[in-house]
Amino acid sequence: MDVDKMRFSKEHEWVAAEGSDKMATVGITEYAAGELGDIVYIELPEEGTEVKFMEPMGTIEAVKTVADLYAPISGAVKEVNKKLEDEPELTNQSPYGEGWFIKVEMSDPSELEKLMSHEEYQEMIGKE
Amino acid sequence: MVKTIFVKSEKGRKGYRFSNKPIAIPESIPEEYRRKGGVGLPEVSEPQVVRHFVALSTLNHHVDRDLYPLGSCTMKYNPKVNEDVAAMKGFSGLHPEQSCEDLQGALEVIHVLENKLSAITGMEAVSLQSAAGAQGELLGMFVARKHFDDRKESRTKVLVPDTAHGTNPASVYTAGFESRTIRSGDDGEVDIDALAEALDEKTAVLMLTVPNTLGIFESRIDRIIEITHKAGALCYLDGANLNAILGHARPGDMGFDMMHLNLHKTFSTPHGGGGPGSGPLCVKAALERYLPNPRVTFEDGNYRFSYDNTDAVGAIHSFYGNFAVYLRALVYIERLGAEGLRRVSAVANLNANYLAKALADTFPIPYGERCMHEFVASGESYKKHGIRTLDIAKRLLDFGFHAPTIYFPLVVSEALMIEPTETESKETLDRFIAVMKQIAREAVEQPELLREAPHECPVGRLDEITANRRPVLAEPYE
Amino acid sequence: MPYIYHSEDEIKQMLAFLGMRSEKELFERIPAQYLVKESLPIDEGKTESDTLRYFDGLSAKNEPASSYASFLGGGIYDHEIPSVVDHLAGRPEFYTAYTPYQPEVSQGTLQMIFEFQTLISRMVGLPVANASMYDGATALAEAALMAAKITGRNTILVPDSVNPRYREVLKTYCWGKSLKLVSFPFSETGQIEAEALNRSLDISVAAVVVQTPNYFGVLEKPWEVREMMESAGSLLISVVDPISLSLFRPPGDYGADIAAGEGQCLGSPPSCGGPLLGFIASKQDFIRNMPGRIVSRTKDVSGKDAYVLTLQTREQHIRREKATSNICTNQGMLALRATIHLSVIGEEGFQQKAAICYQKAHGLAEMISACPGYSIKFEGPFFREFVVECPVDAEHVAARMKESGILAGIPLGSYFGDWAKNCLLVALTEKRTDSELEAYCAFLKKG
Repeated sequence: MDVDKMRFSKEHEWVAAEGSDKMATVGITEYAAGELGDIVYIELPEEGTEVKFMEPMGTIEAVKTVADLYAPISGAVKEVNKKLEDEPELTNQSPYGEGWFIKVEMSDPSELEKLMSHEEYQEMIGKE
Repeated sequence: MVKTIFVKSEKGRKGYRFSNKPIAIPESIPEEYRRKGGVGLPEVSEPQVVRHFVALSTLNHHVDRDLYPLGSCTMKYNPKVNEDVAAMKGFSGLHPEQSCEDLQGALEVIHVLENKLSAITGMEAVSLQSAAGAQGELLGMFVARKHFDDRKESRTKVLVPDTAHGTNPASVYTAGFESRTIRSGDDGEVDIDALAEALDEKTAVLMLTVPNTLGIFESRIDRIIEITHKAGALCYLDGANLNAILGHARPGDMGFDMMHLNLHKTFSTPHGGGGPGSGPLCVKAALERYLPNPRVTFEDGNYRFSYDNTDAVGAIHSFYGNFAVYLRALVYIERLGAEGLRRVSAVANLNANYLAKALADTFPIPYGERCMHEFVASGESYKKHGIRTLDIAKRLLDFGFHAPTIYFPLVVSEALMIEPTETESKETLDRFIAVMKQIAREAVEQPELLREAPHECPVGRLDEITANRRPVLAEPYE
Repeated sequence: MPYIYHSEDEIKQMLAFLGMRSEKELFERIPAQYLVKESLPIDEGKTESDTLRYFDGLSAKNEPASSYASFLGGGIYDHEIPSVVDHLAGRPEFYTAYTPYQPEVSQGTLQMIFEFQTLISRMVGLPVANASMYDGATALAEAALMAAKITGRNTILVPDSVNPRYREVLKTYCWGKSLKLVSFPFSETGQIEAEALNRSLDISVAAVVVQTPNYFGVLEKPWEVREMMESAGSLLISVVDPISLSLFRPPGDYGADIAAGEGQCLGSPPSCGGPLLGFIASKQDFIRNMPGRIVSRTKDVSGKDAYVLTLQTREQHIRREKATSNICTNQGMLALRATIHLSVIGEEGFQQKAAICYQKAHGLAEMISACPGYSIKFEGPFFREFVVECPVDAEHVAARMKESGILAGIPLGSYFGDWAKNCLLVALTEKRTDSELEAYCAFLKKG
């Protein structure tokens, strides 16, 4: 996927809104996956549940750390990346591709504007 | 590697038998209740079992082998006489449902030990029911909840410093409170201003470890307790580090309202590869009425269990806690006596300070090398050679030592938390110092030696990632 | 001084190295007003032989169940313990080791826990078992907290036939987490009253607890409970006596979600009720909701099989207040004893033990029924424990039999009130001899 078309949260999640419908794909950034190290487990919201902008939606675990995941966009969860149940390493290998988390039907696409561009995000992590 | 006992199993091989006669499965068991098929227990001979477990035992590091400098774990020598007493038939053969008449010796053990622990801690009452330190904390939090319920005060918060053991916030949460973290000051002690700011009418308890996990005694302890009490909250002491002040200072005198002890740390009962522990809760007189039933009372020359305490919090154990564990602690106290207990903390602190000073050049100690029973050094300076504290810890194993506690507390980067205890002789400490210095040299000159360590242990570093992604928790069974 | 071997010279050298004039400086950070001035108000230390004499004296003030013909049970049983258990568990390599946080030098403890987990898993028929809990009561309490978390619900249903001491501990833990504990009665057979359970089942119910055999020794039909729960979305927690599991359907077989219980009967002495051995196991789906330590098999760098603590992000030392439980320790020494015990008795010995318990219990029950005035209280099927209804106060019967060297059972009045005043809970193990059974009945007959 093209990172330049994605939007980024300060909690290191990305959103890719495709086309004109309200569907968006959500994942975490390469930087965050790298900082965590080898990801061993990802707890994602279930299909059909609602996630809310910048509220906790799950957790991501390495061997000895746990981090909360925050929804970068509000909406209904339409699809969950089931492959991650057995192969969480996909998020390390391909955070913007096969390692995506959920697909959300956005309830308020204007929230995308509150997120950062790739360039702005790169600048933020440069400062961290 | 040692194959599992299940792999060694051979159909039809017999170990121990309960009867020389063949025993059939009772026919009167109604069909719908019956188990279909076997259980899958191993079929091995007694000598096979002996060799299996002896082989396993040789793969362990243990206190009887050499130094075990795990900070905050107090890995001291476990006296053999403790084991002899715990094995006495007059204790091990007691059924907890026997009448008090038959349990007079056991009840006396409880009574005497409670009194001694009171004298040691400066607290007025003790419950031995909590089965481990974490359960002692939980019981303490239950007592606090009951106390505030009775006073019709709605207090929901417990304050816990950022250097605290993980059990503290977890116990707080299990008891139905919220935990709030208090940041430590630059000196590693509680930041009084931060504490004062956090204390309010919703604060139920301040939970403090003294000395803290940096090995520092809170020098402003009287102020801390004063402002906490003034806010109407209780002061709880996590007694994990009591070995530092044993016989020299009593938490009760300092104004703490409650504390738990870890008998498997301070009072020499064996850690047993992870348990059982024993974590008595000691409280001031005003809180005694909340201690769980049963309590032991002494009337007309007889001891008995009393269930009369109507204000008590509920039971937290099937019976009276880990009797055979706290029995060992009493043996230890009887052996050492008042003066011996004082020597324990003096020599534990002497050993820790000796190590700290000798190692400070090689492994700097961010919060100062004067400590109580333990100190936290940093491996930060070896990071530039690509060496992490984990590598230092693994290399230590090659020299027959256990590693210190690492990466804890979080306020020190690349932390090595070292507690030698009073058990270790000067020779052992000198040997450890020499090895640590050698490892520091290796870190600079041959860093791969550390990164690939251990080299001399039964196994090398493990693939923990796969163990977490796809855990295998049992031997497969068809 | 016992256990401290520094010579005065060494102490002087060490103090000199530290630039200290006296040991007092080691405590200088403690405010002076809190320093204990002279010594603690306790006695001076004893020599080892005086210590042994002292404890021999205390021990002699006890009259252990092992010196009687004991029919006491209620969750704690007096079983044969093969000598090999004490000898192997007494190895300091096991008992003086710490929690296996450095796996390279803890493979003995880790593999033992893996074998323990395997044994529990096979016995209860569920794939995920942990490294053990404090005791059966806290294992049940943790199972309830786990169910509440998994389901997001807050009511726990528990029948009155569950061990009253377990119910008490469950109540305490539920109070802590503000969960609602709802009890329901048992029927004339001693089994769960299905109707009562059905009435209480609603969408607030996180879990239904079934103990089988229950406290009265009566076997339940948890599979019927499971069916009843089908649409409720609640979890089934099954509390079991492990000794029963070679003969009777295991929790995994009837769809229990979590199994919990007490493992003291697997090779540990009663020790006045502690330490005990709680165990807990669950379905695969709940692996990340498990409390306590868990060991996994993995490989080391050279590809050798090895064992390691895993899923530690569940635990308090990493997740702190969000941990699945506040538990830190497990009952390592008792898990070791259970593992050795089950290994040496093996498949056949385990079955033999259960069959003997069953036969002796049914034999004694039959003999007691033939004693005038005495009867078996519940007609439900039982395993190795049953309730005897006496013509008089059971406390009185127990006290009199004790004088003749028999611990007749647990009088139930103090646990259950009036209806149980004349009731005795009688337990059998393979240790009870035929002549002890005869003596028991002879006493009842002569009244």
